[in-house]
Amino acid sequence: MKGAGEPAAGAGRAGRSAVEIRGLRKSFGTNEVLRGVDFHVAPGEVVCVIGPSGSGKSTLLRCVNLLEEPTAGTVRVTGVDLTGPEVDIDAARRRIGMVFQSFNLFPHLTALGNVVIAQRKVLRRARPEAERIARELLERVGLADKVGSYPAQLSGGQQQRVAIARALAMGPEVMLFDEPTSALDPELVGDVLGVMRGLAEAGMTMLVVTHEMSFAREVADRVVFMDGGVIVEEGPPSRVIDDPAHARTRAFLSRVLDPAAARIGDAAESDMFRAADRDA
Amino acid sequence: MTAKSAEAAEVGAAPGGLTRRRRRQLSLGGQYGLFAAAVVLVAVLADWETLRLNFANWDVARSLFPDVITVGLRNTAVYTAVGFGLGLGGGLLVALMRLSSVPPYRWFATAYIEVFRGLPLLLIFIFVGVGVPLAFPGANIPGGAAGQAGLALGLAATAYMAETIRAGIEAVPKGQLEAARSLGMSHSRAMRSIVIPQAFRIIIPPLTNELVLLCKDSSLVLFLGITLEQRELTKFGRDLAGEQGNTTPIIVAGICYLIITIPLSLLARRLEARQRRGQR
Repeated sequence: MKGAGEPAAGAGRAGRSAVEIRGLRKSFGTNEVLRGVDFHVAPGEVVCVIGPSGSGKSTLLRCVNLLEEPTAGTVRVTGVDLTGPEVDIDAARRRIGMVFQSFNLFPHLTALGNVVIAQRKVLRRARPEAERIARELLERVGLADKVGSYPAQLSGGQQQRVAIARALAMGPEVMLFDEPTSALDPELVGDVLGVMRGLAEAGMTMLVVTHEMSFAREVADRVVFMDGGVIVEEGPPSRVIDDPAHARTRAFLSRVLDPAAARIGDAAESDMFRAADRDA
Repeated sequence: MTAKSAEAAEVGAAPGGLTRRRRRQLSLGGQYGLFAAAVVLVAVLADWETLRLNFANWDVARSLFPDVITVGLRNTAVYTAVGFGLGLGGGLLVALMRLSSVPPYRWFATAYIEVFRGLPLLLIFIFVGVGVPLAFPGANIPGGAAGQAGLALGLAATAYMAETIRAGIEAVPKGQLEAARSLGMSHSRAMRSIVIPQAFRIIIPPLTNELVLLCKDSSLVLFLGITLEQRELTKFGRDLAGEQGNTTPIIVAGICYLIITIPLSLLARRLEARQRRGQR
């Protein structure tokens, strides 16, 4: 576990890491979803988190902006300890953009209204300025002609791009993406990934939970594989995706990359890998 | 003959050789016949001449105008509006207390709702008319009769609307609050700008029904002891019926209620239909 050693070294130099997580645990009742995660994201880095469903990757992401309260451990974002007693969580969240699997656009507001409202209510920007910024961002995500449309009138891909613009309007230093394309029809995935690729190229710090292996391979600086509430392995995509060291990672990737082949004897095989994993 | 009876048995013949369909026709015909006979019986037995003189006396009806509108209808509208306004504000407050994480708030809200939903509105009017002056000597409820009637109606409406508004707030998906919080909005800001506006869109039809109920219940103001100028439709109609020894004013007052309530009901139905279609 390459990441485990590094945060300890970086901890004394706050601000070095955009996101820094140490000893993170999260339980829902008796169900422990995260069992001690250590992990960091450097400024400008794009990190993709992959893993089977139920592995805790979405919970990890939601702990980074404290939508879920960690049971134990520390979460630092741009040097601010979100788990500390004195933290202004609303101020901290302004610097952390979040994009949800189900978009969560505000259905009573237009695309423009969705991008404007937090600028007005949180950043106290004047309406003309907020609208100018919103129009620029909507144009940047390719929706200049949809500013007046309500979410119900937009396709899933368009809604998700509005959601990205909405998050960017706050000027975040880190962007979190929680399976941003999982709820989309296949032909709409490309537009959203295109916007995300553009963001990555512009130097945004991004933490992306995704099942899009080709995106991870192309765009990510680092890929983190999670299973059973821990980080199993992490490293550059060329290593984790194309030459995984761990049996569990290989089992997961074979299912994701080649679903047809995986369906044959899927259960038995993954059980075997798990057994091998425990022995190792 | 044998073939025919076999066929009859197939479609469920009853003793007597009737098919199920035929029996249904006979039963429906019997119901229509009974209904028509009842209508005819009432029409024949009623003394139409006395009815016309007592309930639809044109001269008496004409003598009511314009006061039935400028006093009766106007006061009914004012009492209803004040009661609805107080109920809306109070209902929102009690609904938020009911959903609060602070236990005493929840206890108070639950107790309030149970008490004021369980009491007859007449008792609440008597309580406001008699109890409040006794409890707070020298204190005048602002707005005179309108204030008193509005307060009594508002106390009861608060309980009903609190439950409606709570249901509306709970019907807004959890992701909406999460999206708002992730943009850096405080909990109360997110409720005000995102959740509550959506909740009210959901509950417009039941709120309209509540308005119709309040309009009718405002007739209870006659138990407060009011001046001639403060009479609403029911009191106005009853008084004039007594003065003129003719029941026509009651009918006119009744029609005035329908002038308010039927459009509101139609409006509620239209809003409901629009909501089912999922439009905005």
